Amino acid sequence: MSLALVLEQMLNGVQFGLMLFLMSAGLTLVFGVMGLINLAHGSLYMIGAFLCAAVAGATGNFWLGLVGGLTAAAAAGAVIEIAVIRRLYARDHLDQVLATFALILILSEAMRLIFGPFPLYLNVPPALRGTVNLGIVDYSLYRLALIGFGIAVALGLWALIAKTRLGIRIRAGESDREMIAALGVNIRALYTIVFALGAALAGLAGALVGAIQSVQVGMGEPVLILAFVVIVIGGIGSVKGAMVGALLVGVIDTMGRFLLPRFFANFLDTAQAMGIGAALASMLIYLLMALVLIFRPKGLFPAHG
Amino acid sequence: MDSTRKEWLLNALIAVALFAVPLWALMANEPFIITLATRIAILAVAAVGLNIALGLGGMVSFGHALYLGLGGYVAGIAAHHAFNGTPIFAGIPGTNQMLIIWAIAMVLSGALAAVVGALSLRTSGIFFIMITLAFAQMGFFFTLSWPAYGGEDGLPIFVRNQFPGMNTARPWDLFLIAYGVLIFSLAVFALLRAARFGAALMAIRQNPDRAAAIGISPFGIKLVGFILSGMITGLAGAMMADLTRFVSPVMMAWTMSGELIVIIILGGVGRLFGPVVGAALLVGFEVFFGGLTEHWKLWLGLVLLGVVLFARGGLIGLIAGRTQHG
Repeated sequence: MSLALVLEQMLNGVQFGLMLFLMSAGLTLVFGVMGLINLAHGSLYMIGAFLCAAVAGATGNFWLGLVGGLTAAAAAGAVIEIAVIRRLYARDHLDQVLATFALILILSEAMRLIFGPFPLYLNVPPALRGTVNLGIVDYSLYRLALIGFGIAVALGLWALIAKTRLGIRIRAGESDREMIAALGVNIRALYTIVFALGAALAGLAGALVGAIQSVQVGMGEPVLILAFVVIVIGGIGSVKGAMVGALLVGVIDTMGRFLLPRFFANFLDTAQAMGIGAALASMLIYLLMALVLIFRPKGLFPAHG
Repeated sequence: MDSTRKEWLLNALIAVALFAVPLWALMANEPFIITLATRIAILAVAAVGLNIALGLGGMVSFGHALYLGLGGYVAGIAAHHAFNGTPIFAGIPGTNQMLIIWAIAMVLSGALAAVVGALSLRTSGIFFIMITLAFAQMGFFFTLSWPAYGGEDGLPIFVRNQFPGMNTARPWDLFLIAYGVLIFSLAVFALLRAARFGAALMAIRQNPDRAAAIGISPFGIKLVGFILSGMITGLAGAMMADLTRFVSPVMMAWTMSGELIVIIILGGVGRLFGPVVGAALLVGFEVFFGGLTEHWKLWLGLVLLGVVLFARGGLIGLIAGRTQHG
């Protein structure tokens, strides 16, 4: 096991974690501000990936596709919020889980209706193909770009929340909804904007990841579950928690899959070690989440309230 | 007629219909319909189990597929070893006797629910939903990557397990077994609800602080409710495996947990026959619309959305009216 391989896996873990952060940020904002569990967040990720692949396929330009995917996801988010989601804010969690579960069924079948049953493929843009030398390892340029992109978006989101008027309103909405409505902020519009912002981030993640895996119906659900793990670990409602949780989940999942089978190979035969290692590795982050919930029931960075 | 009597009449009607339709199918030689009715009955048993946690106790478990899958794997693994003649471990042989398999499935599901419940009930609200989901995902990924019993390919049951005095290879016999178990599980639910235990569980759901103030410990009562809930869903899992003669990690997938909740909501939360109506609606919807269009899930989604937004008592609530006790 060489150092180069370990470094490569670490970078993969960080890249995975940053994409998870883009998914989780919206999910945690929507919960923090509106108190809503949105299972359909994965569908917005899927919409971003599909529209990006379709636009990139039609125009031959990945960046146009990226803009298309992001815009489509934000627009879909706004429409869904106005049509369905805003009726759920006053309901209990069970109703929210069910209604958004229904939205998953609807949006997945809608995508299948529009784009057909076969997966779409999205190519990495020419400027980001190939590898780049990082001293001891040659690493995929596109994955490295994803890391940079993820950090840039995270900083932008931080600036938006910490420095702008919209950010002040979002933070105020997290601490006291009634009060900011009483102060004359249009709370309905604010909710729609927050939801669309979260949708845009999910769509962006879907479009970016779409270039390194196939774009298909159902791609959003595994990521959705992971994003829930992330926000529960980080503390629901906390964007900082989402960042820490996403990096933890990304790195632990990737390194677990890489290291555990090798660890067991020290005292078991190869086939058995692969089996046990893979089984444990895939359970690792859920184990982490259960442990966090047992010892810090509100997550690592509990949001106020 | 007041709504309670109306609901009892409706329940009796549903119970008779679920028996009469497959009986007619037996006369008309339509084994497919009998198998559909069997599937409805087994799904209903699984949802009756969840209804104890969710309907009586207000515990929104988003991970009940874990017990369904565990029950399924008990049936699958027991049958696998009985078929091969190999021991499960340490000389314990497999078995093809449903009654033994059910007992094991219920004990193991209850034990697993005790562990999951004891840890999960430390949290509440969305955290409870998510931690139950996390435990089910652990089970899902464990069965997916554990190669001994088929991994992601699943485990076939070559010969359906046996029940004394019945020929389980015949659809009608299997239906009778499933129907019997359904009536048994409904009786358990009704007895629990009428007993002091059920009253305590519902009191805790409605107001945990007041329940604690009159001397009911929320944690213990909820945990017992959660364990009973897991046991019945585990029993359904063992039967489900025998119906399809196949177990795979899909039985533990989070969509399965979602489907169980959907069944309860479609029928009516906390209603005795809610799970039966919900299971019949879901299976009926799948068969009817699935035959018309391959995009039937789109319509299922729209119906579900409509029920959640506009018909909160489920179908039974729509017909029999709202309950007086919330």
